[in-house]
Amino acid sequence: MSDGYPQAPSVGLPGRVSIQAPGNPHDEQSSAHPHHPKLQHHFDDMGQQAEASTLGMWVFLVTEIMFFGGLFLAYLVYRTQNPMAFQEASAHLSWKLGAFNTAVLIFSSLTMALAVRSAQTSESRGTQVFWLVTTMILGATFLGVKVIEYSEKFAHNNVPGPNFVWDGQYPAGAEIFYSLYFCMTGLHALHMVIGLGIMTVIAIMAWRRQFNTEYFTPVEITGLYWHFVDIVWIFLFPLLYLIGRHYGGH
Amino acid sequence: MDTLNYINNGHGLASWLLTKDHKRIALLYLVSITFFFFLGGLFAFMIRLELLTPAGDVLTAENYNKMFTMHGVVMVFFFLIPSIPAVLGNFLIPIMIGAKDLAFPRLNLISWYIYVLGGIFTLVAALSGGVDTGWTFYTPYSTAAANSHVITAALGVFITGFSSILTGLNFIVTIHRMRAPGLTWFRLPLFVWAHYATSLVMILGTPVIAITVLLVAAERVLHMGIFDPALGGDPVLFQHLFWFYSHPAVYIMILPAMGVISEIVQAFARKNVFGYSFIAFSSLAIAIIGFLVWGHHIFVAGQSVYAGMLFSIISYIVAVPSAIKVFNWTATIYRGSISLDSPMLYAFGFLGLFTIGGLTGLFLAAMGLDIHMHDTYFVVAHFHYIMVGGAIMGYLGGLHYWWPKITGKLYSEPAAKLAAGLVFIGFNLTFFPQFLVGYLGMPRRYHMYPPEFQVFNVMSTLGATILSVGYLLPMFYFVHSIFRGKPSPADPWGAKGLEWEVPSPPPTENFAVTPIVTHGTHQYAPSKEVGVV
Ligand SMILES: [Cu+2]
Repeated sequence: MSDGYPQAPSVGLPGRVSIQAPGNPHDEQSSAHPHHPKLQHHFDDMGQQAEASTLGMWVFLVTEIMFFGGLFLAYLVYRTQNPMAFQEASAHLSWKLGAFNTAVLIFSSLTMALAVRSAQTSESRGTQVFWLVTTMILGATFLGVKVIEYSEKFAHNNVPGPNFVWDGQYPAGAEIFYSLYFCMTGLHALHMVIGLGIMTVIAIMAWRRQFNTEYFTPVEITGLYWHFVDIVWIFLFPLLYLIGRHYGGH
Repeated sequence: MDTLNYINNGHGLASWLLTKDHKRIALLYLVSITFFFFLGGLFAFMIRLELLTPAGDVLTAENYNKMFTMHGVVMVFFFLIPSIPAVLGNFLIPIMIGAKDLAFPRLNLISWYIYVLGGIFTLVAALSGGVDTGWTFYTPYSTAAANSHVITAALGVFITGFSSILTGLNFIVTIHRMRAPGLTWFRLPLFVWAHYATSLVMILGTPVIAITVLLVAAERVLHMGIFDPALGGDPVLFQHLFWFYSHPAVYIMILPAMGVISEIVQAFARKNVFGYSFIAFSSLAIAIIGFLVWGHHIFVAGQSVYAGMLFSIISYIVAVPSAIKVFNWTATIYRGSISLDSPMLYAFGFLGLFTIGGLTGLFLAAMGLDIHMHDTYFVVAHFHYIMVGGAIMGYLGGLHYWWPKITGKLYSEPAAKLAAGLVFIGFNLTFFPQFLVGYLGMPRRYHMYPPEFQVFNVMSTLGATILSVGYLLPMFYFVHSIFRGKPSPADPWGAKGLEWEVPSPPPTENFAVTPIVTHGTHQYAPSKEVGVV
């Protein structure tokens, strides 16, 4: 499983741990760069280090799925209990802004993938930073639209709580819908803000020429994270914005 | 001048608080966990003191509620869940797999700080007035009624959950990517298998309790209607989400203990474990099936009877892999050359108490019987047999087994045997009467009870006193051993495994040269009955 077999020819331990000559196909490859400055002391080579980091991010994304999973479960339960209210409430969200944001995020996934590729292929720091900054601008655009949407809800007192106002048929169910709407899109937006923060660091590192073919894992796992955040939105958009279409929204 | 090891390699507080060495971080956890263990014990002591007499004379009803709430929160989230993984797992997993450290050493240190931060939140909640919801934080009481520091305590649980998630993540990546050459999956020590299964539960379950607690906070602070029926919410949904984590959380506590027992039983019966792959896979089976049984907590809370039947059957099924382990350990001990050192005494204690705890769990998994026993002391006795009789016995057994490795010092064996005996006697005297009084109908979570139950409660309180002496004793002989103990050789027990081949205490990087493994890590002498059967 592990790529990181050591170059060490012998072992100082007694017992069953035997002394073996290195017979590993990866040896040549790993000893080519025995002291890469980014190699941490407890890894055998850059390959093992990169594999550990990417697996770590995948495992983290699994925890994120479970985290958002609790919200999606709550959505499922309450939509089943209040089907009409959810349609009515959903019709008051602007599907046009939602669709615009969906397009923005999908496009930002493309630019993120290009950022990873530019680091992987050792392109100039200008190219690497360009794709990263483009991704960040798109992310910020998404958040800007979100601010417009939120402030519109605040202006109409459609925010759950003691001051919630609903002039439709199903005020109780609509309040639950908007509770879930704010929790789900709010946590998603928080993930985007964190993503923008990480990307700022990555862009600075890229400008300092830290990434090339031998070392680009930080860009790669940031990309994994960003794609995950996009995918969450791909589920949020239809579940929140589109279920009320035939109810006659605007 | 001592040889350089992880303890004397660097001095001063900063060298400990900023360390990235998994062994030092394990000791940071050991100290903080021990603090919370005795804090939780203090709350338990107040409970037992109140229940000495039928009348409510020591504590008011409200203060009594706060005592059992804080006891549960502290013991579950700040002692039991981190105990074996964060201390023994942290220390041993890299050594057992021939690695220099966990995959993410900095993340490991951050996990400890997150744990401490969560602990501070909980302490603040306790000191500023306490929480009286029970450790389960059931809604709508926790969101609408409870006039106390629910949010602070819940945030403490939320924060410390991330420590658990990150530890599990670290273990999974480490076990996948950091094994020494030749150390294939089926050569791994069973302790590592157990921690792999535990880590799966940690990363899959903990995020769900995190989002649940967050929703409780949103409901309480922002008045969003999610669980409160007055706002259109569904309180049973909270119970589903809560137990989706909190039942598997029991396996976060017991699976690592099972890993410890697998190691101890082999070392002190001087035999290879019977049915290695059965024990390894039963850990995974427990981790997976354990996610499908949460509904047995909701039999009487408005769950459909058909869902109840399904949850009941799966709850029976999840007992099977546990039983497989118990049978295999017993078969390992059978005809072994047994030495009754203190770790083995704890292992024997575990075997008996965990079996009782597991079998009484089947009583509660039966829907009809559960209606009678739900929320009685029978439930309390059952889960204490698992969590205290199982998990803490395993933790103490492991601590005694690896103490010479961790500190490089030998402790007083007669004192350790005395403590093991006191723990066993005290534990049974505390909790066995609770099965009886629960079966007779004494409900949990009341500070008063009818006089006819007093004899059982007096026995319980007496047992708890003996138990606390048994728990305090190791504090003395362990600390004594650090200063006055004889130095331990690399392998004081004649045990097998990579951790016994490095010096005691190990050097900072564990291995001078990465070992190359050519056999399973547990090669005890072949047992005599091979070929007889
Ligand atoms: Cu359960």
